[in-house]
Amino acid sequence: MQIATKDISAVSLVKAALDKAKRCENYNIFVSLNEENALKKAEEIDKKIAAGEKVGRLAGVPYALKDNFLSKEGNTTASSKILEPFKSPITATSVEKLEAEGAIMIGRTNMDSFAHGSSTENSYFGVTKNAKDETRVAGGSSGGSAVAVAKGIVEFATGTDTGGSIRQPASFNGVYGFKPTYGTISRYGVVAMASSTDCIGFFAKSAADLDLLISITSGQDPKDMTTLPDYYNSGGSANDGISQPCAPKLGAQQASPVETGAREAGLANAVVSAPARVIGVIKDFDNDAVSSDIRQTLTDKIAELEAKGHKIVELDMPALKYALAVYYIVVPAEISSNLSRHDGIRYGYRSKDATNLGEVYSKSRNDGFMSENKRRIMIGHFVLSSGWYDAYYLKAQKARTLIIKEYENAFKKCDFILTPVSPNPAFKIGEKVNNPVSMYLEDVMSVPVNLAGIPGLTIPVGETKDGLSLGLQLLGPRRSDKKLLQFAAEITNIKENK
Amino acid sequence: MKITREDINHLAELSNFSLSDEEATSLGKDLENIIKYISQLDELDVKDVEPTYQVFEMENVWREDKILPQDADREQLLALAPESQEHQIKVPKVL
Repeated sequence: MQIATKDISAVSLVKAALDKAKRCENYNIFVSLNEENALKKAEEIDKKIAAGEKVGRLAGVPYALKDNFLSKEGNTTASSKILEPFKSPITATSVEKLEAEGAIMIGRTNMDSFAHGSSTENSYFGVTKNAKDETRVAGGSSGGSAVAVAKGIVEFATGTDTGGSIRQPASFNGVYGFKPTYGTISRYGVVAMASSTDCIGFFAKSAADLDLLISITSGQDPKDMTTLPDYYNSGGSANDGISQPCAPKLGAQQASPVETGAREAGLANAVVSAPARVIGVIKDFDNDAVSSDIRQTLTDKIAELEAKGHKIVELDMPALKYALAVYYIVVPAEISSNLSRHDGIRYGYRSKDATNLGEVYSKSRNDGFMSENKRRIMIGHFVLSSGWYDAYYLKAQKARTLIIKEYENAFKKCDFILTPVSPNPAFKIGEKVNNPVSMYLEDVMSVPVNLAGIPGLTIPVGETKDGLSLGLQLLGPRRSDKKLLQFAAEITNIKENK
Repeated sequence: MKITREDINHLAELSNFSLSDEEATSLGKDLENIIKYISQLDELDVKDVEPTYQVFEMENVWREDKILPQDADREQLLALAPESQEHQIKVPKVL
């Protein structure tokens, strides 16, 4: 990515990004722009460069911030009415780390309210349009961030991924999107959705850029007790849970190095010749519910990997078909708890019609949440309520164990798994928004990854004949994030990278 | 499973929502469809399986019992409240 230098000023980079953002207004990418602050920061970086002072690894790089990251710049609304007036007094750890390296936030991006949705249609601030076709959805919940990168406005954008909210919009708009291992990046200062699956990640134009961003933002944070020690920058440890590479079982084949674009992609520590890998393909995902374009893309990619010397194995993972049901029990349960804090008392919107305390809660919450927020909160209360707890919540948590075991077994047979991100490319705006279950079905291939806490990367792989973006996702075992990004850089066609 | 108006009213109360009649009807229909979908877990045998509540690999992350500097002070936090008076958050009457 282009950082500011003596010849290319931070101010010029930021101005160009803001100009592009304004030219793309019809896509409804941003909830708010951060023009004044961004230009001021850019001037400071240019002064440092002129004075020969050291600047950060992201000096002057404009980026877009998903609207659920708390920072002192602008209002953090989570694209909701209930947080519309909220001006955060604190800044998320991840944002502090990016800014310490000189990255400059040019605007906050639109999302499904509280990240509840798969299309960015559930935003209080209107629908974000797909980068390739304005009649189609951007995907979600991080739709604004995906389109901001796809339209070339910013070099990268932040996202959160609780069930696919980075990987699916990345796929719908033709960019890279990475959800790291659960606990890699601090969640401190990010609006909570479902604490056991929420992950911070990024949209970018290459695996190499993602590598840099994860290396900057990963690590333990005393303010988030669920952050892992910094395995990403320390190369993992003996007990880090990464399975040994499966490739040595291949015999003679592994000796032949694979031609790659890794060096050109500039990924730190990547080597020019990569070892042959074993790639798992999930048998159960190859069915009629998956669009023919996506199945063809997967078939083509498999052939390409085989031609490069990698080995393909078929995986039988029958519990995965229950992952969506598990997800829509566990996640609403956590949502119903996490979103109870939004009550109109301490911050955010308070209903003017409330005449007593009880009405402050119920009217503020009723006005302040969108229908999809209400559905999820109510489902959460349902699955946790006495009488239904054992049949739904407890059963789902047991099924979650089966899903995790299936991945663990799979990664004994392969290094990485290659699957579609979603069953279809970007759908039409309005097509699914009134049918929650049909919207949820779009998440069927992305949610199992969050239930297991493993890393997942969307790589853009082409377009349909109508020009809609197609992506595939690469999955690895927990804490294999660096290897996963390296492998993606190795197999990426160099021209796709530019 | 049928979701009755009574069920919806109960869930709305647990959720602290003052739903309109129209909203209650439409959410009731949605919830019924969602519950029908998630009920497919009925066919799964999990008798001897332990539940997983979190996928974080560590337990009991300790820190010293020491007050650390806070990111926001009392006045900043009070300023976020829709109404405040004399260093307190103000709400309408409770009863």
